[in-house]
Amino acid sequence: MTPMTPIAPAASLPMPETAFAVTLVLLLLAPLAIAGLALINTGLGRSRSAAQALLGNVAIVAVALLVFAIAGASLAGSLTGAGHAFHLAGKPWNWVGSAPLLLGGLRSAPGQAQLGLLFQFLAVALAAIIPWGSGADRLRLAAGCASAAILALILFPLASCWIWNGGWLAQLDVNFSLGAGFLDPGGAGVVHALGGLSALALVWIAGPRRGKFPREGLSTAMPGHHVVYVLFGSLVSLVGWLAWNAAGAILWLHAPLTALPMTAVNTALSASAALLGTLIVTRMRFGKPDASLCANGWLAGLVASSACAAIVTPGASIFIGLIAGIVTPLLVEVLELALSIDDPSGAITVHAVAGLWGLFAAGLFAPQRGQLLAQLVGIAALLGLVLPASYLFFAILNRTVPFRVDPDGERIGMDLHELGGGAYPEFVIHRDESYR
Amino acid sequence: MKSVGLLVMPAGFFLTVAALVLFPDLTQRGVFVVAGLAVEALGLGAAIRGHMLARRENRL
Repeated sequence: MTPMTPIAPAASLPMPETAFAVTLVLLLLAPLAIAGLALINTGLGRSRSAAQALLGNVAIVAVALLVFAIAGASLAGSLTGAGHAFHLAGKPWNWVGSAPLLLGGLRSAPGQAQLGLLFQFLAVALAAIIPWGSGADRLRLAAGCASAAILALILFPLASCWIWNGGWLAQLDVNFSLGAGFLDPGGAGVVHALGGLSALALVWIAGPRRGKFPREGLSTAMPGHHVVYVLFGSLVSLVGWLAWNAAGAILWLHAPLTALPMTAVNTALSASAALLGTLIVTRMRFGKPDASLCANGWLAGLVASSACAAIVTPGASIFIGLIAGIVTPLLVEVLELALSIDDPSGAITVHAVAGLWGLFAAGLFAPQRGQLLAQLVGIAALLGLVLPASYLFFAILNRTVPFRVDPDGERIGMDLHELGGGAYPEFVIHRDESYR
Repeated sequence: MKSVGLLVMPAGFFLTVAALVLFPDLTQRGVFVVAGLAVEALGLGAAIRGHMLARRENRL
């Protein structure tokens, strides 16, 4: 198998009916990635917050879809491409879309544009639930929904416009002769880096869980309550990711259908190498493999593959996944023990860091001249704008919709406090002291 | 300190954009883009340092 040469997006190209049908079927399977991530988010939280965690995932998906349909898709230019541009150094810089609100023109849009919209529609839901996992056990449902609305209204549409809908990052090839423009067919940047960096902003604002960092000694271990959910969620995610990466390759790289098996193989190889990397590292660090960290490693491999599965060779995929898998458990430990960042789902490492690594690796292994530089420019845009912007928006939001539940609510658990009933009413729920 | 760090990060992004506009040569562009990323990393480091200091004060 040889690496596929990416082709710059050209929305005007007519899409064959077979490719349309295959892409549609793939996109109908893609929500399994959302389902898997929801299970992982829930399993990595505590049992007394499990129902609120899973309800939060569903509610956030609903809010993100509605907000994106009402206004986000318009700013993203999902159906029409980037609509507003300014000129700098004689080059157009497309930065925001200008499509009608409420998905106006969807019925009459070309098939490929409709599928592109569906892809982004699902991608915004996936991006929006990533920060929710990081805020587990202390983030209020209303705050989770409000932060998802901001993500779906402003942050995601801008990134989506720049990268997928003919914005300035997608045009780096035409305007500045940089490779094939910024490449992110599976959403490693638009979805995962954006979601992971927003998770960091959210965790900074919400603060750690009560008792996580005591006055004396190291941080308190608060293991996820259901590792079976976490591992099953990882397997479910694989199906979604295979579909997601394949659909992205067709839509954003105009890959032929014959390139899809390699994309799927690379996705699975990256996840497998990442899992083995994490398994070995945790075995060496703790004496036994850590199940929840292994799930995180698997997911990091999938996230890294989002950027490059359609571009690189199987050997490169294994390397990319292995690096993601080795780094993940080490960075999770550094964030918690050295940097005092309480991230129950590991989203900052798994989504932000692995996503950025995947984008870099796509440039490293792509055959075109200047591709690495194009990827670095895209990484700089995501890192330099998304984290400060999400922190600013979330800080303002926190003043009107407080993110954090009150101490009493955190003590009795989010289920009882917010929903009035627990997820496991027939089981004894452990108190904080049991973690000491 | 956290806010200062977060303010520095967009500066790194604008340095990257300036590299695209000012330098036609691929090598010069590359150097400036990497410099932009380094500025972003500095900003991120400062923000994380600010977070750690705030956590330490809360613990004491």
